[in-house]
Amino acid sequence: MTGLQIDGLTVRHGDTVLVSLTADVAAGAVLTVMGASGSGKSTLLGALIGTLPRGFAMTGRVVLNGVEVTALPTQARKMGILFQDDVLFPHLSVGGNVGFGLPARTPARAARIDAGLAEVGLPGFASRDPATLSGGQRARVALLRTLMAGPQALLLDEPFSRLDADLRAQIRSLVLDRARALGLPTLLVTHDADDARAAAGPVVTPLGQPVKLDQGRTDPTGTDAGTAITPPPSIAP
Amino acid sequence: MPGLTLGLLSVPVLAGLIGTLAPAFGLDPLAPDGPGLAAFGGMWQWPGLWPAARLSVTSGVGSTLLALVISLGLVAALIGRPGFATVQRLLSPLLSVPHAAAALGLAFLISPSGWIARALSPWATGWTAPPDLLIVNDPAGLALTVGLVAKEMPFLMLMILAALPQTDAARRLTLAASLGYGRLAGFALTVLPGLYAQLRLPVYAVLAYGMTAVEMAMILGPTLPPSLSVQVVHWATEPSLTHRGTAAAAALLQIGLVAGALALWRLAELGVTRSLRHAATTGRRGGLLDRVLLPVVLGLGLTPALALFAGLAGLSVWSVAGLWSFPDALPADLTLATWVRAGPGLWGAGATTLTLAVASTALALGLVLACLEAEHRYGLNPSAGVLWLLYLPLIMPQVAFLPGLQMLALSAGAQGGAVMVASVHLVFVLPYVFLSLAAPYRAWDGRIALQGAALGASPARVFWQLRLPMLLGAVLTAGAVGIAVSVGQYLPTLLIGGGRVETLTTEAVALSSGGNRRVIGAYALLQMALPALGFALALAVPRLIFRNRRGVGLA
Repeated sequence: MTGLQIDGLTVRHGDTVLVSLTADVAAGAVLTVMGASGSGKSTLLGALIGTLPRGFAMTGRVVLNGVEVTALPTQARKMGILFQDDVLFPHLSVGGNVGFGLPARTPARAARIDAGLAEVGLPGFASRDPATLSGGQRARVALLRTLMAGPQALLLDEPFSRLDADLRAQIRSLVLDRARALGLPTLLVTHDADDARAAAGPVVTPLGQPVKLDQGRTDPTGTDAGTAITPPPSIAP
Repeated sequence: MPGLTLGLLSVPVLAGLIGTLAPAFGLDPLAPDGPGLAAFGGMWQWPGLWPAARLSVTSGVGSTLLALVISLGLVAALIGRPGFATVQRLLSPLLSVPHAAAALGLAFLISPSGWIARALSPWATGWTAPPDLLIVNDPAGLALTVGLVAKEMPFLMLMILAALPQTDAARRLTLAASLGYGRLAGFALTVLPGLYAQLRLPVYAVLAYGMTAVEMAMILGPTLPPSLSVQVVHWATEPSLTHRGTAAAAALLQIGLVAGALALWRLAELGVTRSLRHAATTGRRGGLLDRVLLPVVLGLGLTPALALFAGLAGLSVWSVAGLWSFPDALPADLTLATWVRAGPGLWGAGATTLTLAVASTALALGLVLACLEAEHRYGLNPSAGVLWLLYLPLIMPQVAFLPGLQMLALSAGAQGGAVMVASVHLVFVLPYVFLSLAAPYRAWDGRIALQGAALGASPARVFWQLRLPMLLGAVLTAGAVGIAVSVGQYLPTLLIGGGRVETLTTEAVALSSGGNRRVIGAYALLQMALPALGFALALAVPRLIFRNRRGVGLA
């Protein structure tokens, strides 16, 4: 069984249900989660990577490539994440940042890092100070760093929202193309309809409700290739 | 780990306290009369008791009040103005000056043959020889009070600056100003109440320290009788051990005085709070207050800094002075003879001082980092009681628990060793290292740790490769604070070391009664140089390592 299975995942805070989702994201497919701020998008991501704060009650299972990761600590889940901010480590060089993602005992580390940087259009950037990079360059480094860690799924936490409009489309297609090429099941959290359209997959709210986009070709009932969305049978009122 | 650390802080203090106080009630194998209150009789018979006790209260409360009011006034006057950054930069060097060096520098400055008298002589004063005036060691303890103000102000300023960001001071002051309030009134009415709540424990520590200071009182305070704490030390260190009961009784009196002063201070806090609340409803804007008091506050605020710097400059000049007769402002010739002659002693004491400081600081840094990391990983929320325990070694008078700790160490056969001295230094170094490091550690961007974990890094790897390097500046600064605290320790080194562990501080204080200004200058200068070197390294090393990393916030 490959891909990312979210099986009856619910998160409550007190009496409020923030997340209620069942979804099957196949390798290379993208599930988009949309909703206004405060709608539970970041709670869903927290549940998926295992960083829910105290006071949040979670039930359900998360299975990645046949392995249940629900109880694993963040660092053992093999879920790469790109945040709204690039969160580059300021004390490391660009190469150091990328190398932080590369697993230990990888042969020819420096060569791998240089090759990776060249692939994302940043050849020879290894020794640069991240603080001297432009927004688009920083986003590329963050993507490369995440992919270097060899994730089995990719979570995107509005990673394009801080970028200018033209840059945004460019970085978005870079990220999505990469994820598809690597066959990563991808979950995109966004409040931007353009992002959702570009992802070309099903769109749901954190409570599992299908989202109709104003225009475009997205079929919210979830018959897109490889992805099936089943809203949970009951959502607590 | 937090439990172990708090135990390391509180157990020596409490055990020492019991060990000190037991002889007061004759619970001591060496007590001549068995259990009883005979020791108190010995204390009451000492004719100097009343002046000594009074001096403890006047110099302690007076210096704390002055230091607090001037510090608050200075902050109120300078928030959001260009001078603020200058004051912040001056703080670290001022803080790093050990108490003994500060006191010696001040004594050189204001004594009848000091720089001030020389600068005014003979043209203004007509003096051709140092006048016979008791300026230093005056019976009223004024020189001691001034010295305490100068040394405690930087500490209070630092505590105020640390608490200020949480009070929203800049916006509140702007708001108050837009409503027509003067600067001082606006600060007192809108910022001070919230600020003081966070300042309370440091203020209590300053008050307790001021009332019981030993080395500053030895150098600047009166001698016949000396302050109560100094007299306790005299009794406790008498070789015959016959006055241990008297020392214990007086230590108990000293604790009572501190507790009473703290209680009165708390009452005064309530009174001030009430009157501030009342003042806030009167609608008076306090514009006149600014015109009258702001210049006074600025003048008073800068005087201690200037006095410290001038005093330390005086120490340096004396250490290389050849012939220097009154009233010349500068020596006739400069020579390194003093340094050469004192060289072997300086070298030995300096090496001991540095070893003790590095050992206790390294241990303190390890414990504090472990505590803070445990707090972060396990989501621990330290309670207010923990903060009180942290301040315990700073508020409890040193003369109340160090003699007892000395006796315990003696009976355990461990007295006199450098290891024992370093462990007791740790008790005083640890709170300061914690206070210095906690805020930047907790303020570190948690998303970095999350990103690291999402990249597959274990918590240990996140700590060693992300958090620690990014906090290098804060860690080194906390280390420099620890070094400065350890270098400055006088009484713990003297008592626990049994007089056999000689540091720059114990030597400088011992020399201070002798009056060889050149040698005193050399010792005090080196005593001051070690902490200064620590702070310089804490500034320079991160800048060197991260010279090509603009994104690393440098403290």
